[in-house]
Amino acid sequence: MDWSYILGHMNYWLFTVMMMTGLYIVIARGNLVKKIVGLNIFQTAVFMFYISIGKVSGGTVPIFPTDMEIDPEVTYSNPLPHVLILTAIVVGIATTSLALALVVRIHEEYDTIEEDDILEIETRIAREENRAHGGAMGGRA
Amino acid sequence: MRHHLILRVSTKLLAGAIMLFAFYVQFHGDYSPGGGFQAGVILAVAFVLYGLVYGLEAAQEVLPRRVVHRMMALGVLVYAGTGVVSLLSGYAYLDYNALNPGMPEKGQEAGILLVEGGVGITVAGVMISVYYAFAGRPPRISDEEW
Amino acid sequence: MIETGINIALFSMLVVTALVAVRLRHLFGVVMLAGAFSLLSALLLVTLDAADVAFTEAAVGAGISTVLMLGTLALTSRREKIPSHRPWLPLVVVLVTGAAIIYGTLDMPDFGAPDSPAQTGVAAEYIARSPHEIGIPNIVTAVLASYRGYDTLGEVGVVFTAGVGVLLLLGGLRARRRRGRPDGPDGEEG
Repeated sequence: MDWSYILGHMNYWLFTVMMMTGLYIVIARGNLVKKIVGLNIFQTAVFMFYISIGKVSGGTVPIFPTDMEIDPEVTYSNPLPHVLILTAIVVGIATTSLALALVVRIHEEYDTIEEDDILEIETRIAREENRAHGGAMGGRA
Repeated sequence: MRHHLILRVSTKLLAGAIMLFAFYVQFHGDYSPGGGFQAGVILAVAFVLYGLVYGLEAAQEVLPRRVVHRMMALGVLVYAGTGVVSLLSGYAYLDYNALNPGMPEKGQEAGILLVEGGVGITVAGVMISVYYAFAGRPPRISDEEW
Repeated sequence: MIETGINIALFSMLVVTALVAVRLRHLFGVVMLAGAFSLLSALLLVTLDAADVAFTEAAVGAGISTVLMLGTLALTSRREKIPSHRPWLPLVVVLVTGAAIIYGTLDMPDFGAPDSPAQTGVAAEYIARSPHEIGIPNIVTAVLASYRGYDTLGEVGVVFTAGVGVLLLLGGLRARRRRGRPDGPDGEEG
């Protein structure tokens, strides 16, 4: 376990801490908007991991000179993770907006965006329905 | 609601510049960082900024809802249509060499331009219509409470 | 060496921002932190040679997502309630998962190693062949639109579908009708 090993793996460990922070927000917090922020943090951590893998030390941005006179001495970083993550970011914001739209609809229906309150309301509705119809449903079968 | 004068004037100045930048990013994507995804988002930002400062109605007068909804589908159609064109000329789906069989590189360049255009149209359409959908709802929190 | 230093410093700032977002209960602050988080990650992406991705992250994170989050807050509420259950179980889950992932990274190649499996696969082919096969300088665009055109078509389809989903949920497709009772006399199917 020498110094260069630690420096070489620091990125991966920091990305793990960031990803777990996002996961913790998703699991432990009840507010739906905050859960979405947590999901975004998780997602960004995965992006960082992908891009870290594509980095070549001493490499540069994978764009050739405009006149296409390519110097064979230059190393370019791996363009493949860039392509995957570039599209994933835009897809990510599109799906995030879908999640936010769901949150808005949930708030209109339940008047709250706290998970605990929504569960409470759901249980109450279920109990009332049971009381109203439960006898008829259970009696016949 | 009327915002501060400085906000309104600088928005008017900025909105055009942002749109121009979006088109630069779109068409210069072959040579520098950029392309359809980024250009679509930046183009949407121009309309979002205009809508935030001047109100949703003003933004929708420039770009009505119908147009934005058509844009969403049009971009996907342009992309998929490029593939169909290459399919009809006897090449594989989305093989841009079909667009200029004599000079494959020119064909590739044209194909990439078309496809990136489709991506840009769809992304801009989706982002603007999502903004319209959110902003069109009556707010629950008044401005003073922020 | 300096590059690694900048890299780790930026990454640490990113982690600190995420940790602060856990503690903050004021949702407006959380959304603003998320914007700062995006901007920091764009900076980090530039140091990792991903100019295209940094560009996208800056435009999306600072431009659109903050606006959408604020729009959601305006339609819902601004404060987070303190959750009723204790945070110990989630903490244990997160710690165990994190430990498992770190154990998995231990035998990964060093950061930036030029001979790692990711560098020796198809990526080298892209860099070597795109100048004469595609003929445009930006390799990322060449791979995105030409070599992996199917992939991008699928992604555009997903973006389109998500947009349609938002319109269906928030009723943007036609002028919203007054919300009446669905089983009332007005709500009959025509």
